[in-house]
Amino acid sequence: MNAEKSEVPDEPEAGATLGPVEAGPPCCVPQPWIDVQDLAVYYGSKQVLAGVSLTIHRGCVTALIGPSGCGKTTFLSSLNRLTDLIPGCRVAGRITIGSLDVRATKDVTSLRRNVGMIFQKPNPFPLSIRKNIEMPLKEHGVRSRQERTAIVETVLREVGLWEEVKDRLDASALSLSGGQQQRLCIARAIALRPEVLLLDEPCSALDPIASRVVEELLTSFRGRYTIVVVTHNLQQARRIADYAAFFWAAGGAGSLIEHGSGQRIFDAPEQPLTIAYVNGKAG
Amino acid sequence: MPDSNSPEARSKDGLDLSGLSARPQFGAASALTTIPGLLLATAVWSVAAIVSGLFLWIIADIVVQGLPSLSWTFLTESPRNAGREGGIAPIIVSTLLVLGVAIVAAVPLGVGTAVLLAEVTQTENWFARLVRRSLDVLAGVPSIVFGLFGNAFFCITLGLGFSILSGGLTLACMVLPILIRATEEGIRAVPREYRSGAAALGISRTMTLWRLVLPAAVPGIVVGLVLGIGRALAETAALIFTSGYVDRMPGSLFDSGRVLSVHIFDLSMNVAGGDQQAYGAALILILMLLVINIIVSYVGQRYLRHTASTS
Amino acid sequence: MFPSRRDFLLTWGLRGCGVLTASVVLMILGFLLRESLPTISRVGIDRFLGDATWHPSSGAEGGQFNLVPMIVATLLTTAGAVLVAAPVGIAAAIFSHYYAPRWLGVVFAKIIELLAGIPSVVYGLWGLTVLVPLIAQWQPPGPSLLAAVIVLSMMIVPTIGLFASAAFQSLPIEHLHAAAALGLSRPRFILSVALPASRSGLFTAIILGTGRAIGETMAVLMVAGNVVQTPDSLFQPVRTITANIALEMAYAMGDHRGALFVCGLLLMGMVIVLVAAADRLGRGGARA
Repeated sequence: MNAEKSEVPDEPEAGATLGPVEAGPPCCVPQPWIDVQDLAVYYGSKQVLAGVSLTIHRGCVTALIGPSGCGKTTFLSSLNRLTDLIPGCRVAGRITIGSLDVRATKDVTSLRRNVGMIFQKPNPFPLSIRKNIEMPLKEHGVRSRQERTAIVETVLREVGLWEEVKDRLDASALSLSGGQQQRLCIARAIALRPEVLLLDEPCSALDPIASRVVEELLTSFRGRYTIVVVTHNLQQARRIADYAAFFWAAGGAGSLIEHGSGQRIFDAPEQPLTIAYVNGKAG
Repeated sequence: MPDSNSPEARSKDGLDLSGLSARPQFGAASALTTIPGLLLATAVWSVAAIVSGLFLWIIADIVVQGLPSLSWTFLTESPRNAGREGGIAPIIVSTLLVLGVAIVAAVPLGVGTAVLLAEVTQTENWFARLVRRSLDVLAGVPSIVFGLFGNAFFCITLGLGFSILSGGLTLACMVLPILIRATEEGIRAVPREYRSGAAALGISRTMTLWRLVLPAAVPGIVVGLVLGIGRALAETAALIFTSGYVDRMPGSLFDSGRVLSVHIFDLSMNVAGGDQQAYGAALILILMLLVINIIVSYVGQRYLRHTASTS
Repeated sequence: MFPSRRDFLLTWGLRGCGVLTASVVLMILGFLLRESLPTISRVGIDRFLGDATWHPSSGAEGGQFNLVPMIVATLLTTAGAVLVAAPVGIAAAIFSHYYAPRWLGVVFAKIIELLAGIPSVVYGLWGLTVLVPLIAQWQPPGPSLLAAVIVLSMMIVPTIGLFASAAFQSLPIEHLHAAAALGLSRPRFILSVALPASRSGLFTAIILGTGRAIGETMAVLMVAGNVVQTPDSLFQPVRTITANIALEMAYAMGDHRGALFVCGLLLMGMVIVLVAAADRLGRGGARA
């Protein structure tokens, strides 16, 4: 259990059908959790991601950095099988989360409950704030209304939105500011008690202040969720990343150039491309 | 630096869209595992089957019943015995004449108004809003009311009587909203760079319009025109009391003439034993509409590809 | 402002076009009023609602001008058609957009487009020769309210379907991605996200379908039987306002003709109300 406890309980209310949040150890004890081996992705005959192998540690923040167009989003989409939505998309390689084989599993619904995704531009449903969170809960089997209401309050507190919206839970989610919408999307995802959170440039559509708020939120999640975040913002990556992976696309397909602990990648990278990118000389 | 080979199309939430069709894909999470899911899927597929079935039933009925009537004589002879025998040649001629009048009257007015709405007036301008609002109402006016109006205005007040002219002018009023909407879209689709380039070169607005914008907007104009013709061909109620009922070959635009849709109506409702010929005429009408639909699709596709390659 | 004299002429020429176009609607209203007001003043509005029956050819004094059975017929046929066609049209749009494999969706959308283009006389012809005899076998006489409702709903399903489809098309695809990432199933996405989100577009579709149903003349004329009466059952023949005008215009004179223009005015009133409702919904939707 994570020693840094906030007042938010780890164990959800009794009777909930979603599993407990099992936190991993704090990041000084690396525990491999997501194992990607030779992941390659093709759109039709065009290869967009070439043989990526990467291990992501439990409870830690792993940042995927690199210029646009080198497959970071595609990599992320493979982890929760969102690539299934793209016609003509072919995925090769092996991805395991814990003991689950992502590509082979038949229960994609469970996978996506367990692996939440936050998108670049906040995309709350055009429903009320409350409904945005309650509807997926209902869909995943939380039958009791009291339970759902309780979870709504819990997750809104976790993302720091509760005080701001508690009086207007039935207002349209689209009436919130960009930063608030993004935090709502995060709340919506963690309401399902995932183990993993995938974030695709979550702050790029937000102003600097909102961006900072989301960043701090992610840092506070350390230990409770395994976080994989794609970011262009090197400063941000430096601040939050326990581990970093550097992607680059040379002649078509993106590939993984170098990865390791955040400290090493940002302060003492080995590959010339990494050195150039991290020092702002390329990309 | 984005790799020039990598797909650049992205949805707003960043998900790579390359290869993604406009239709949503649901992937593996669409399994029919719940009762509501099963019910919805059944309902939706049944509706599709029923609608398609009805469509095929109607078309098959028309084709099967109407085909025996089709022949060269059908297309070239005049009706005899109140239309039970003979052909529909004068009907076809009247139809084409009425269409012609409608086009000649509607196109200049329609294109002019479309240019006005698209180019000259900003959308917030009260005049533009007035014109648009009136067009919206015009688009909703029932065809029988057009018939009343046409009768009162063209036939009586203007003294044209039951004539092809009256019918054509009435149709022009009906077709205006469709024509203007499509033309306006065609004009708006012309890239702004054409106009700024011309303005920078000091070319007058008129010349820019005449030589640059309108020629580029021609596909939109054609689509609007053809859609309007399609609507006009299907019109009956507006024409019964404006272009008349006479089934003889018209000698001039001032003569009364019967159009195809009115002929079908007359044969099926007022002439005992006229069903056979009615079906034949209906088949001809359907074929004409089919041709129009194909033209619209073709022009629409070429137009889309054209703008895609220039943008 | 005008770089050349030519542009000055052009701008005013175009404005002239705009004025002419806008005046068409005004002229229609004007002529409707001109032809109907004398009759209204001679006959009196209460007689249009309270007279014994509809028999206007005996003139303003001796004639009967009760429009109510025909208004009822119009409302019943329209309501019936919309009640049937709205769910069917929306279901058809859901099918072509979310359930059909891509090629089938294209084919089906094309079928809907073609159905929308079939002229009303052709629907009427089919109704008259195929549907009415079928109904007559079940329950004579055949031409009836039921026939009108069936044919009308067939005619407006494509209208509703096409506009509903456009509403689904304009839904941002990000909603689908969000739903997929949350593990929502297809029916759940459709029922809880797509339908509520396209609410205003769907209402517009239904309103447009209603407008088409109210204004439909030929098909209804051919299958509804055209007896002026308030129906007791679905199988009785009725006469709608539109059919009434079409039937009697040929020989109507004097106040009879004026009364038909009153019918036209009534129709215009209904349409204007509908257009205003659609307009308000459209703007409300855009704000959301």
